[in-house]
Amino acid sequence: MHLELTRVVQGSGRLGVLRGLSRTRPHHSLETPGCLLYTHLGSVPHLTQDTLHTLKDLPSVTQVTLSDIAEHQEVLESFKEGFRKFAGLHDTVLYCSLHDPAALCPAGYTTNKTVSVWGSGGRMELTVTKFMSLQKCTQPDWYTSMADGETWQVNTTRKRVRKSVDRTLAHLDECLLLHHKLPELEEVSVFGVVEGGDIVDERLRSARETAKRPVVGFCLDGFQTGFMEPSVRAQLIAAVTEELPEDKPRLLPGVGRPDEVLACVEAGVDVFEGFFPFQVTERGCALCFRFDVTPDPESAGRAPPAVLELNKEEEVVRNGNVNRDDQTQMTPFEINLKDKRYEDDFGPLVKGCGCYSCQNHQRAYLHHLLVTNELLAGVLLMIHNTSHYLGFFKALRAALASDQLELLKRRVMEAGGRESD
Amino acid sequence: MAAPMQSLTAVSPLTLRIVAECPVTKARACELALPHCTVSTPVFMPVGTQGTLKGITVDQLESLGCQICLGNTYHLGMRPGPELIEKANGLHGFMNWKRNLLTDSGGFQMVSLVELSEVTEEGVRFKSPYDGKEILLSPEKSVSIQNSLGSDIMMQLDDVVSSTVSGPRVEEAMHRSIRWLDRCIAANKNPDKQNLFAIIQGGLNAELRRACLEEMTKRDVPGFAIGGLSGGEEKDDFWRMVTLSTDHLPREKPRYLMGVGYAVDLVVCVALGCDMFDCVFPTRTARFGSALVPWGSVQVKHKQYAKDFQPIDPDCQCPTCKRHSRAYLHALFKSDTAAMHHITIHNISYQLSLMRSVRQSIVEGRFPQFIQTFMRRMFLSRDQYPSWAVDALASVNITLE
Repeated sequence: MHLELTRVVQGSGRLGVLRGLSRTRPHHSLETPGCLLYTHLGSVPHLTQDTLHTLKDLPSVTQVTLSDIAEHQEVLESFKEGFRKFAGLHDTVLYCSLHDPAALCPAGYTTNKTVSVWGSGGRMELTVTKFMSLQKCTQPDWYTSMADGETWQVNTTRKRVRKSVDRTLAHLDECLLLHHKLPELEEVSVFGVVEGGDIVDERLRSARETAKRPVVGFCLDGFQTGFMEPSVRAQLIAAVTEELPEDKPRLLPGVGRPDEVLACVEAGVDVFEGFFPFQVTERGCALCFRFDVTPDPESAGRAPPAVLELNKEEEVVRNGNVNRDDQTQMTPFEINLKDKRYEDDFGPLVKGCGCYSCQNHQRAYLHHLLVTNELLAGVLLMIHNTSHYLGFFKALRAALASDQLELLKRRVMEAGGRESD
Repeated sequence: MAAPMQSLTAVSPLTLRIVAECPVTKARACELALPHCTVSTPVFMPVGTQGTLKGITVDQLESLGCQICLGNTYHLGMRPGPELIEKANGLHGFMNWKRNLLTDSGGFQMVSLVELSEVTEEGVRFKSPYDGKEILLSPEKSVSIQNSLGSDIMMQLDDVVSSTVSGPRVEEAMHRSIRWLDRCIAANKNPDKQNLFAIIQGGLNAELRRACLEEMTKRDVPGFAIGGLSGGEEKDDFWRMVTLSTDHLPREKPRYLMGVGYAVDLVVCVALGCDMFDCVFPTRTARFGSALVPWGSVQVKHKQYAKDFQPIDPDCQCPTCKRHSRAYLHALFKSDTAAMHHITIHNISYQLSLMRSVRQSIVEGRFPQFIQTFMRRMFLSRDQYPSWAVDALASVNITLE
């Protein structure tokens, strides 16, 4: 795997193409900044192949998590032919992460030798050996090494942060050792994980040490939404990426909100997990923020629209205990279709959106489906939200290519965009 | 070939063309021309209660070959209500379904879902479960809602009585249903676009059924449903009422047997002369992980399928079976709702394929052989055949081998 950078603007992000994602599927590449296709056990939530393929330009990389896979280890070992085939995924690159970005893990279960994941049957404890045996039967194209990222709680001591860095490096070394002994993983790439909480020295130490190992890219852990102040995060990411080789990709797990994505792109991140559309879907909402940057002749000369005042719209999450609810709360980038105002709104979810849901259905119908608790609501919202989010990333790359990132940031944050009538 | 017996004034919203009749049984294969498209019968109609077929898009439904499906007047009448649906260009416009829709009258839900409902000559009086308001569902109101929904086939409001009830209430309900049929016919604002079907009642009483048939067939309705069955009665009584009804229904009009959906019931009732069927069973059972197959069902959520890497049915051509194994679906049930959708697609495909095969065998004059093969596949041995099915088929000259 290698990252071909086409454009780097200091403090403004980098544009590139990730190639060599899969030795068995050499034609696949991922444009960066980009996002992965989020799934539950290989299925995009709510969607079957027919509904999924109403979407064009899907990410070439599908993400699965060990929290979904771990309980099926025996089955995969009986199957022998790897997770991709088991799930009926045909032509996609498979990336395996440890945790599910949309499901926060309880704290207190990480030890020197183990991390825990939660499946449908409860908690499963993983040693590096077990972790690697899971990679062996999954046979992804790439995975992130086992890591201890439990540094987000209030009052995490420096000692605890140091331990997370040490453990993660130890896990990485052990993973790589086992990796090279497994013929099933010969074609598979490994990402190292950078830890360090919000302590800059530890972050730098982790980055430098991880960069010494033969990994093809870096996962910047512990920066998930809500874990620390956005400005602190941006500074830390920028500091960390200084220590990392330029030509290796940086993946940031657990960050999905458009404003946060933009900030982290500026700080040097290349790849994001695509779970945000799922979270929006689960609360019955549709993404509607604008990301078009062609100047609007109708508004030229008028006062710029109000920028969303985040402090009023939502709680600012300080570095503290991550409240599960913060992740499930509505963001300024969506409309709540359960709201009575949409009861007789016969327009599409978003005017001009080419997705199946917007081309075939109306807000009033979605409202009805949500009020009556119908399963189709999830299907239609997932299609729309995924389409909208992928459109955003496309616009993001275009903005980077044409020096319009500032314009894009302003557009995304426009309050008026919410109604898009 | 039958000539359609409809009024010659305007283009009829329903025309039945009998393509083939089984020389042995009472089965027919027909083309039922309705406003949105032609439906090949015998047909199974999936049920999309609240203006959606549980997790399936209209495109997926169309791809499966569905030509007609159901919506429920009671549910849709409550939420979102007929005024809103009218604004949305009817139920077709609201759910964006381009083919045919059949709506029931709301009568059945009245009685089955609503705790305190009271039936009078006026209609059914009940308390809305959503806001506690008192509502009266009269024949006029039911037809009015269905007119707003704009379905291609509407059902009369009938006085529904459980098939396990006997005595004077059954007779009262039968007579009232006739009077309500006349009120529904009078109330239909769109007879040129919407077909109002009568519903034959009479419970399990042959005399009452006959009386109802005699009266209702005097009315010029485009089709007849056989109601009041499929509600927990003995199968031995059930089939006798079905065949009695088809014996006295006009040949040139479609016969709709309400609430029937198990594979064996479908095949037998086609042999007894029914053309149209509906049932929530296939779609409901799918959500519990039960996949329908020619030899019964595959309970995908059961442990035994955890390592079964075959598709649900190796011979099935549906999108689910072409791509996924039982083991994957078993695992997926623990992770995502998509698992339910996969099984729903499969079950609808199974039901529609079954009816297509039945129809084809009637057209090709080999329906009796089809029945034999079907039963052999479905049951482990001859002594497992349900006795009611054996009797019912014997009554139409089929001796099961």
